[in-house]
Amino acid sequence: MNYTFIALVENKPGVLNRVASLFRRRNFNIESLAVGRTEKPDISRMTVVVDCPNGDMDAHKIEANLYKLVNVIDVQDVTHQPSVTRDLALIKVMVGPDKRAEVNSLAEIFRARIVDVAADSLIVEITGTEDKIEGMIELLRPLGIVEMVRTGQVSMTRGVTDGVRRMPGVNGNRFEDLSEMAEMAP
Amino acid sequence: MKKTGAEILWECVVREGVEVVFGYPGGANMPIYDAMLSYPIHHVLVRHEQGAAHMADGYARASGKVGMALATSGPGATNLITGIATAMMDSVPVVFVTGQVAAHLIGGDAFQEVDVTGITLPITKHNYLITRADEIAEVVREAFYIARSGRPGPVLIDICKNAQVEQAEFKYPADVKLPGYQPVDHAPKDSLEHAVKLIEKSQRPIILCGHGVLMSNAEEALINFAIKTQTPVASTLLGLGAFPASHELSLGMMGMHGEVHTNMAIQNSDLILAFGMRFDDRVTGTLKTYAPHAKKIHVEIDPSEVHKNVAVDVPLVGNLKTVLTDLIPMVDEYDHEEWKKQINEWKAEGDSRSIMNWDPDGKLHVAHLVADIWKATGGNAIVTTDVGQHQMWTAQYYALDRPNRWLTSGGAGTMGFGLPSAIGAWFANKEEEVWAVAGDGGFQMTAAELTTAVQENANVKVAIMNNSFLGMVRQWQEFFFEKRYSAVNMLSPNFVKLAEAHNVPARLVTKLEEVDEAIAWARSIKGPTVIEFRVEQEEAVYPMVPAGAALDQMIQRPLKS
Repeated sequence: MNYTFIALVENKPGVLNRVASLFRRRNFNIESLAVGRTEKPDISRMTVVVDCPNGDMDAHKIEANLYKLVNVIDVQDVTHQPSVTRDLALIKVMVGPDKRAEVNSLAEIFRARIVDVAADSLIVEITGTEDKIEGMIELLRPLGIVEMVRTGQVSMTRGVTDGVRRMPGVNGNRFEDLSEMAEMAP
Repeated sequence: MKKTGAEILWECVVREGVEVVFGYPGGANMPIYDAMLSYPIHHVLVRHEQGAAHMADGYARASGKVGMALATSGPGATNLITGIATAMMDSVPVVFVTGQVAAHLIGGDAFQEVDVTGITLPITKHNYLITRADEIAEVVREAFYIARSGRPGPVLIDICKNAQVEQAEFKYPADVKLPGYQPVDHAPKDSLEHAVKLIEKSQRPIILCGHGVLMSNAEEALINFAIKTQTPVASTLLGLGAFPASHELSLGMMGMHGEVHTNMAIQNSDLILAFGMRFDDRVTGTLKTYAPHAKKIHVEIDPSEVHKNVAVDVPLVGNLKTVLTDLIPMVDEYDHEEWKKQINEWKAEGDSRSIMNWDPDGKLHVAHLVADIWKATGGNAIVTTDVGQHQMWTAQYYALDRPNRWLTSGGAGTMGFGLPSAIGAWFANKEEEVWAVAGDGGFQMTAAELTTAVQENANVKVAIMNNSFLGMVRQWQEFFFEKRYSAVNMLSPNFVKLAEAHNVPARLVTKLEEVDEAIAWARSIKGPTVIEFRVEQEEAVYPMVPAGAALDQMIQRPLKS
């Protein structure tokens, strides 16, 4: 199943490459990776969605390996935490004036927006969970999608709860409120 | 005070305690070489940058300090790669400094430009590209700290030529600020208590001692723990020397070419205490049947090694020395007489097959030669090897009682490691006797460093075990490919003449009665020597766990009287 990790990393050149290279090298499959600045200028935040066929065991490996990178400050697994998750898609649909109304009503249902209209095409912008975006795509597909771009998933836990940290002691992680590494054994 | 980038580099390096560097100059690091002349640094000019990497590696392993190697941009840097990967796989602290083309040329395919930080990303613990002189002090400080702390490893600094010549204000950083790099020291108390409970219940415990014991200077703590709990100690290839081989609790080497009783003890144990080792495939055999009855306690500084190959019951992530020091007062004393007796029975069976019991057949056997060198040197030499059969025989028969005297490429299995690492080790301690045991194949990969040894008058004794085969590959072809020998017949040059061309005194030994005299001759010369031994050609290393077999499914040594 897919696991979602939030990694705080130093905002330095090459860090994205280090993370991406790590996933390739250790044979983990990235489903989605989104990077951006945070409220602190020297820290970037990554949301990484990774396929973990062996569940928590893989999640343990991913966290442990991420911490091997000197520029990675913190890693949380938010897969099982209540969190807000968003993905943004721009979808260009090949429709002329006759079908614009149809797209418009679909967009309204999904709370999406039409952000560009041309003579024979328009662009729909949709924000939401992956499921919601997939649902919209399915309905637009018969009308003729010619181009699509997605940002990848970003996540944030609700309230003050953090995600799971599996590496006690590392980078000042406290022992007591962390899930025990021993529990990760199958 | 304003200084050039190159001067700042050396200011920092000298403060890290570096006295000797191994390297090769070129266009992109000339300012570094120029500035070096003003600092108390001894530079060793190698014949190939791979040699510099292995020498710095050997220096680090033998001294316990951080090694340092220099190379220029492009091919100079890429020639280091095998040596960097070797240090990475064996967690050896080495700082590599490479020159790079000027910052404004980067990305333009300039002369001798190669993306060195890109290439070395997966084979360094961390690496840096420096484009400005004012970055150098902080980066060098960090690089040495990262190389030696936590799980040690190689760090590479790629310095653009403009950063070497430009001036910057030099201020040595008081400390390192690395929010993302804070290795664990102590293991949590409840995990230690959990471990103690498993130790209490155990009737058949065994310690697996790895390279981490040497890396964290935990030898004394290990001895204290083993004696207090009377737990036998098996060693990985790289852990040899961490626990005295002559100690009654020592079981010697485990794994693919480990002793039968050692592997039997692991398979029959009810508790494995893995200290600073990583359950490599060469020590576990097939994981499906690995130590099926054993609970497992894993003391390891790198959390990514925990559960990587073998799922364990109690992971103790932390510095091995700290964790053992915390653990020793918590455990009771045991005797484990039954268990030790059982192991000794297995050992007696194995000993009866020892190659040492063979009658002389007029031929030279590598195992016997290693034992002869061991006798002559009192087991006190620093020994380096290449990779292959001779490496395994040396591991089996050069029994070490003291740490940091066994230098071999374990994880990477790098041929050509023996001679250069021996030269590096000699620089770590010039009073020690250093022997490089090499195969005919591996020796030819880095033989050019003989002249480096001459130029430095490095007192390094090379023993080439020449069987005219790539022996280990030949053995596998014999066992697993129906003896269809493919590309393993090796023609070698006249090694004596080759050595003499390098101005190295050399001898050829073909007869048993010449052996002791030749070893004594080599030891009597102050400076490098070469002895070529013409050894039995088609001998196999035993015992052997075939790939994919269980650890106790060994091919035993044939019985010969």
